[in-house]
Amino acid sequence: MAVISRDKTYPKTTRPVSSALNRSRPRWTKDAWQLLSLPFVLFIVIPLIALFSRITLADVLVTLQQEQAQQAIRVSLTTSLTTVLVTLLLGTPVAYHLSHPQARFHRVLDTLIDLPTVLPPAVAGLSLLVAFGRRGLLGEWFTILGFTIPFTPVAVIMAQTFIAAPLYIKAAALGFASVDAELKRAASMDGAGRWQVFRFVIVPMSWMALLGGCVLTWARALGEFGATIIFAGNFPGRTQTMPLAIYLGFEIDLNVALTLSVILVGLSFAILILVKRFLHNHIEASPASEEY
Amino acid sequence: MKKWNLLVFLLAILCTSACAPKPVALTVMAAASLTEAFEELAQHFEAQNPGITVKFNFAGSQQLAQQIAEGAPADLFASANQKQMQAAVGAGRVDEAAIQTFAHNRLVVIYPEDNPAGLDGLEDLARPGLKLVMAAKEVPVGEYSLDFLEKAGQEPALGLSYQRAVLRNIVSYEENVKAVLNKVALGEADAGIVYTSDVNGEAAGKIGQLMIPDELNVFASYPIAVLKDSQHATQAQAFVELALSPVGQEILGKYGFMPAQK
Repeated sequence: MAVISRDKTYPKTTRPVSSALNRSRPRWTKDAWQLLSLPFVLFIVIPLIALFSRITLADVLVTLQQEQAQQAIRVSLTTSLTTVLVTLLLGTPVAYHLSHPQARFHRVLDTLIDLPTVLPPAVAGLSLLVAFGRRGLLGEWFTILGFTIPFTPVAVIMAQTFIAAPLYIKAAALGFASVDAELKRAASMDGAGRWQVFRFVIVPMSWMALLGGCVLTWARALGEFGATIIFAGNFPGRTQTMPLAIYLGFEIDLNVALTLSVILVGLSFAILILVKRFLHNHIEASPASEEY
Repeated sequence: MKKWNLLVFLLAILCTSACAPKPVALTVMAAASLTEAFEELAQHFEAQNPGITVKFNFAGSQQLAQQIAEGAPADLFASANQKQMQAAVGAGRVDEAAIQTFAHNRLVVIYPEDNPAGLDGLEDLARPGLKLVMAAKEVPVGEYSLDFLEKAGQEPALGLSYQRAVLRNIVSYEENVKAVLNKVALGEADAGIVYTSDVNGEAAGKIGQLMIPDELNVFASYPIAVLKDSQHATQAQAFVELALSPVGQEILGKYGFMPAQK
């Protein structure tokens, strides 16, 4: 009853379209859909509330003074930001290649890039170990050159890049593809070289997508756990990232685990809001994005 | 008509499965180091007790204790140290009186079969640049490993500088004892510290061992207990009895554990 009376309060003249919609689809179905989506929303929200209610701000501040927490945060930030840099350097050419659906091996490459995102991270870690480990396929050559990768921050970065780079590559490819082909043609007709077209036309026009991809890769790298613990091991201050400290710290010092969890949730949330708020609007507005 | 046939058929299946004697599934939470020994023990147990199946959850004892404290359903808990068993007592899931020690374990230093670092004795663990992996101090075996180094530090022949040098060589604190074993077996680390019971499995062929003398070694005791709220307490107790019986002790012995009574 309340629903109907609320509907009546709307002056008909201001909402001609929506009132027509309301007639064809009664208001209560809309409410039913909202009601039906509630269980899942609660399923996501309740654990988050539980996490934040388990710890006070004072606890967080005290725990942040602890060396183990500080080390984990430092390792996480340095490795994940390096991962973003490496991804930019190595991933951009791949993304550019992927943005041309007519390119050779496009489908193979596209599938290959998707693979790390669906693989269990433990599989990724094990693969990296048997490839780049001391006794690995390529690792033996590294040993001859005098350096080993497992148990070092380099291994952490490699694990994160393996898992997280595809997010950037996919987003960047989308961005590149959305640049109007006419514009590129016009630029090259005006005498711009291939590099100049890329540098002065394509990148400026798709930088929002590139930034969005970077941020997503960063967020995923921050959360990486399974591949890291297998390939890079766990050593405080060297390879122990925040997720590792949470996993191993949770039996001994619940406060460290809770504090780091709260920080990660906060950070991830901020990152996602950033992506949704500023970047998705831009990508959705671009015409070619539907092809993907 | 066909639809009805199917329905009758399904109902028949449902009835027979519901009317048959219900099989009992025992859930056993056991320390990762017990994996092989307990799997064989369970085969024996299932052969002796038809209708009962044993389901295992093997992990680091600290993780199991945490799961038990958080209310994970289980019938039995076998821990690699007293501390984690006491954690389960503290959480109100285990009765102090129900705890029995069923096995003992010791530490051993392991290295990859081809011994890349040329380990010859315990003193070599202190050599600069050696890559040593250990379990994290949160895991019982990691705590025992630190105890061993502590004892070595007090030994005049090795000394405090030895203890410090070995600690400096640690490249990773792994999440459980099997991870230590595998990283050494893969040749990624030069040495690792595990239980003697760990070097009897499949990995045995891929590793060499350095004995730790008694005076430096740690005597790890394994407690087991039926959980207070177990739905199958009698069957669970039968499993404990099997572990303590001569047959059970022999199986445990086969996997490198020492008998319950020293």
